[in-house]
Amino acid sequence: MDSNAASPESIYVSGAVTTAVKILVVGHFAVGKTTFIRSLSEITPLSTEERMTRASVHLDDLRGVPDKRTTTVALDFGRLTLGDELVLYLFGTPGQQRFMQLWEDMARGALGALLLVDPARLADTFPVIDLVERYGLEYAVAVNSFEESSPHREEELREALDLLPRTPLVFCDARSEKSSAQALVTLVRHLLQRAS
Amino acid sequence: MTDPGEEQAVTGGFIRSYVITSGRELPSADSLALITLVTTAPDQEPPARATPETLAIWELCSGGYLSVAEVAARLQLPVGVVRLLLTDLIRAGRLLARAVPPPAQAADPLILEKVLHGLQRRFA
Repeated sequence: MDSNAASPESIYVSGAVTTAVKILVVGHFAVGKTTFIRSLSEITPLSTEERMTRASVHLDDLRGVPDKRTTTVALDFGRLTLGDELVLYLFGTPGQQRFMQLWEDMARGALGALLLVDPARLADTFPVIDLVERYGLEYAVAVNSFEESSPHREEELREALDLLPRTPLVFCDARSEKSSAQALVTLVRHLLQRAS
Repeated sequence: MTDPGEEQAVTGGFIRSYVITSGRELPSADSLALITLVTTAPDQEPPARATPETLAIWELCSGGYLSVAEVAARLQLPVGVVRLLLTDLIRAGRLLARAVPPPAQAADPLILEKVLHGLQRRFA
């Protein structure tokens, strides 16, 4: 059912808004990207369809003729108006390596990325970290977990993910607005530190 | 003549996009970012002989500002197609687009400060 029609939310951005920015919410399949976005967004998260020409699985194909296949990628996103003049879009970006063209588009102009991590599926996060770093995105890690955070557990995860000391890592419950907002604030603080 | 491989690649969605855009090449993300905000220009009418898709965009955008991504999502059209149709309308002066900060300035500390304070105020 179309929940947008019944919802009292305004679908439009305030006319006073002069600047739109975006932050990527990245992570492997089913890590909770859309849940996170839903917790913070002022609109019901929307989904756009990007039609991608997907490169061949055999990237070393000597014939030089890429096996062009079209794949549809759904991008979930939400919106947050921050003050009178600024609107922030959160784009959930799938972590598969084959969506490189999509990543190029998404990374361009992004303030940074919040990397959602499922502590039970750390290996699935490695390719996503590769992508984030390849596109030069500054990022923070949010461990989507019900675990209590402890310095010991944090150290374990940092080591397993091979994070730089400066990369922030927080525990977060993507279903909670407060917890998700804290993770986002941690990222933006980090971005500000890196930019100043 | 098509080989069987080509036939497989042509889906219903592809044909639909092709018809809506009259087979024109879709513009790249450089020309119109996903977060560019658009709305109808004052005292403008939709183009004569507009396609149903262009009319739908017109109707949606006449209510206020929306990002390119939102226009695509609300109308359930592929982003590339929406980008092309929006570009046509902007070039014709029928739609207004708010400038997006250029990528090089994306990490502008002033903008980041505004984002940070905005988040802190909103979720305090």
